[in-house]
Amino acid sequence: MAFTLGFHIVLASLGVALPAMMLIANYRGLRHDDPDALKLAQRWSKATAVTFAVGAVTGTVLSFEFGLLWPAFTGRFGEVFGLLFAIEGLFFFLEAIFIAIYIFGWKRLAPWTHFWTGVPVVIAGLGGAFSVVAVNSWMNQPQGYSPTTGDVTSVQPFKVIFNPAVPYEVPHMILAAYIVTGFLVASIYAVGMLRGRRDRIHRLGLLIPLTVACIATPIQFAVGDTAARSIAKNQPIKFAAMECVQTTSTDVPEYIYGRCTADGVKGGIKIPGFDSFLVGWSTSTQVTGLDSVPPDDRPPFNTLLHWCFDTMVGICTLLIGLGLWLGIGWWRKRDFPQSRWFLRAVAVSGLAAVTALECGWIVTEVGRQPWIVYNVMRTEDAVTQASGVWVTFVLILALYAALGAALFITLRAMSRRWRDADEQDVDVPYGPDPGPPADLAAGASG
Amino acid sequence: MSKADAVAVVLLIGVTMYAVFGGADFGAGLWSLLAGGSEQGRRPRELIDWAIGPVWEANHVWLIFVLVVLWTGFSSAFEAIFSTLFIPLSLAALGIVFRGAGFAFHHTARRARGRAIAQASFGLASLLTPFFLGTVVGAIAGERVPVGNATGDLVTSWLNPLSLVIGALFVATSTYLAAVFLVSDARRAESPDLERYFTNRALVAAVVAGALAAASLVLMHSKAEYVFDGLTGDGLPLVVLSALCGIAVLVLLYRGVRRGARPLAVGAVAAVIAGWGVAQWPYLLPQKLTISAAAAPSATLTGVLVVFGIAVLVVLPAIGLLFTLAQRSVVEEAGRPTP
Repeated sequence: MAFTLGFHIVLASLGVALPAMMLIANYRGLRHDDPDALKLAQRWSKATAVTFAVGAVTGTVLSFEFGLLWPAFTGRFGEVFGLLFAIEGLFFFLEAIFIAIYIFGWKRLAPWTHFWTGVPVVIAGLGGAFSVVAVNSWMNQPQGYSPTTGDVTSVQPFKVIFNPAVPYEVPHMILAAYIVTGFLVASIYAVGMLRGRRDRIHRLGLLIPLTVACIATPIQFAVGDTAARSIAKNQPIKFAAMECVQTTSTDVPEYIYGRCTADGVKGGIKIPGFDSFLVGWSTSTQVTGLDSVPPDDRPPFNTLLHWCFDTMVGICTLLIGLGLWLGIGWWRKRDFPQSRWFLRAVAVSGLAAVTALECGWIVTEVGRQPWIVYNVMRTEDAVTQASGVWVTFVLILALYAALGAALFITLRAMSRRWRDADEQDVDVPYGPDPGPPADLAAGASG
Repeated sequence: MSKADAVAVVLLIGVTMYAVFGGADFGAGLWSLLAGGSEQGRRPRELIDWAIGPVWEANHVWLIFVLVVLWTGFSSAFEAIFSTLFIPLSLAALGIVFRGAGFAFHHTARRARGRAIAQASFGLASLLTPFFLGTVVGAIAGERVPVGNATGDLVTSWLNPLSLVIGALFVATSTYLAAVFLVSDARRAESPDLERYFTNRALVAAVVAGALAAASLVLMHSKAEYVFDGLTGDGLPLVVLSALCGIAVLVLLYRGVRRGARPLAVGAVAAVIAGWGVAQWPYLLPQKLTISAAAAPSATLTGVLVVFGIAVLVVLPAIGLLFTLAQRSVVEEAGRPTP
C-alpha cells in the first residue's frame, strides 16, 4: 500500500495543481487575447484528463486496499476517519464532473463560460486534498473518539477533522502539489528549449508553471519548518528518528546526512547545538531521544529516514535558489534568464521536486512506524489475515509499473503530436467549429 | 426508521446508482469487446466511445461512494466483506485498473497496435469487474461472510453456484442496460443501422438476464433462504415491479417505440436492488450482522447523512448539468460516428 500511495501521491498532486496551471493559461489567453496561452491551456487540459483518469483508477484501488490490506484498521477506525473520505468523495465527484465538462466543452461552450466551468475543478482539488491529508494527519495525531481501547462507541467529528496535525500537514501537502506540478511542467518545456525550440509556446509553458512553483517554494520552506517543530513537540520519537537523536538531552547537534547507529551518527556534517536551536530557538532546548521508548516502539530504517528528511530539505533549499535566480533575472531584464545553465536547472527541477515529495512521504509514513495510528494501533495488528497478500502485492507492483509506463508513453506521444501540430498550426481553441449539425448547435445555445 | 437504517438506505441508493451508471458503462465495454474485428466493429465502437466519453469518470465515482459509506457507516461489515472476499474483490479491483487505463489511453494511443491493446483491456476488464462484484453479492446473500478479519472461507465463500450465477447475472444486466442506452445514443447520432444493431442486442441480453435472474432465485431457495423468503415476502411487490418493467422494455424495443425504454430499464434494475434491500432488512450480512449492530456511533452517522444531503444539493445538479450537456452534444471529444 505504501507503494501504491507513493505512486498515487504524484498523480494526485498533478490532479490538484495542473487544473490551476491550465486555468491561469486560459485566463491569460482570454484576457490578453493570447492564442498561444489558450493553446497551452487546451493541451494541459488534455494532460489533466489523462492523469486524472489514471489518478481516479489508482484512487479507487486505494479505497479497495483499505479493505483488502487493512481490514482491521478500517473495521475499527473507519467510523472515525471515514467521514473525511465521505467529504473527499464529494469533492472528487465535483472534480470529475467539472473536469469532464471543461475538457469536453472546449469547442461548444462560450469562452468565458468555459473558463468558469474550470474553477470548480481547482476548488474541488483543494478540498479533496484537505480531506485526504486530514486523514493522514489524524493517523499522526488521533483524537475525537472514545474509548481509546477496544470498540469505538462515540465520535466527535469536528475534533477528528480538525486534529492538531492538520494546520501544518495540509498546507504542506497542497503546496507540495503545486511545487511538484509547477517544476515538472516547466522542466518539460525547459528540455524542449534546450533542444532549440524557443518559440513563444515553450516560453509561456515554462514561465507560467515555474512562476507558480517559485512563489510556493519559500512558503513551503516556512510551513515545513513549522511542521518539523510541531512534530518535535507532538511526535517526539518520529522527530528523533528523522534527526538521529539517540538520547534525550540538550545542546543536540544537527547532522547533515551521516549514518545513524545506536552510538550516534557516523559521518555526516555536524553542526553543534543546531538541532536544539531549530526545535526551540536556543541551544539549551531539550530534544527527546529514541532511548525514551522501548526498541519495539522506535521507527525502523533510521538512516533512510534521516537521509530522506535531509534530501527533502536540501532540494527545497536548492529550488528556492532557482526561484531567486528567476526573480533576479526578471527584475533586471523583465524576462527569465536565457542561459543554458538556467534551462538545465529548470529541466532537472521537476525530477528533484518529485524526489522531495517522495522523501517527504517516506518521512511521514516510515517515521510513524511501528504505529498505523500513532500510539494507538500497531501496523501489524491492522493487516489482513487473508493469505496471499504477497501475491497481490507483487501483482499490484507489476500493474503499477505498467500503468506508469503507459502514462509516460501517452503523455510523451501527446507532446510529440502537439509539436508536429505547431509546425502545421491547426486546431485553435474556440476557433471555428468543424461543423456540427445546425439543429444541435441551435439547441446548445438555447 | 433509525439513523442507521437511513444510512443503509443511502448505501442502497449508492449501490443502485453504481449498478445503473457503472453497470451501463461496463456493459458498453463488453459490447465494444464483442463488436468484432477492427473493421467490422469500428462503427459500434465509435458510438460507444462517443457516448460514454464525457460521463465515464462520474459513473465510476459511485463505487468509491459506496465503499466510503460502507466503511464509515458500517466498518465491521466492511472489514468482514473485504477480508473474507479478498480474492474476488482483488480481481474486481484489477478489472477497474485495466478498464480505467484502457479508457484513459485508447483515445490518445496513436498507433493501431497500442489502440488495440487498450481496447482489449478495456473490454476484458468490463467483464471482470461486474462478474466478481456479482460473486461478492452472492456470497453475502448466501450467508457466507461471517464477522471478523478473514473468518470466512477464502475460496468457497464466493466460488459456489449461487455466487457464480449472480456474477453472470450482473454481467448480463450490465450488457442489457448498456444496449438500451446505446439505442438512444444511436438515435441521437442519427445512425438507424446502429439503432437496430443495439436493439437486437438489448433483446437478447434481456432474455439472458431474465433467465439468469430466475436461475438465481431457484438457487436462493436452497442456498440463501433468508433472502429468498424476503424476496418472495415483503420484497415481492418490488420483484414483480422489476419483472414488469423488464417486460415493458422488451415490448417497447420490439415495437421500436422511441420513448420510455431507458427509464423503464433503469426502473427494472432499481426495483430489484430495492427489493434485495427490503429482503435483507434488518440484516446487513444476512443472519450474521444486523444494520444496528454494525452501525457507527451516532455522530458519525449524522455526519454521513449531512454529507449525503450536501451531495444531493450540490453533486446531483452538477451531474444533471453534465448529462444534459452530454445529451445535447455540447460536450464531446471523440468524433461522432458518421450516419
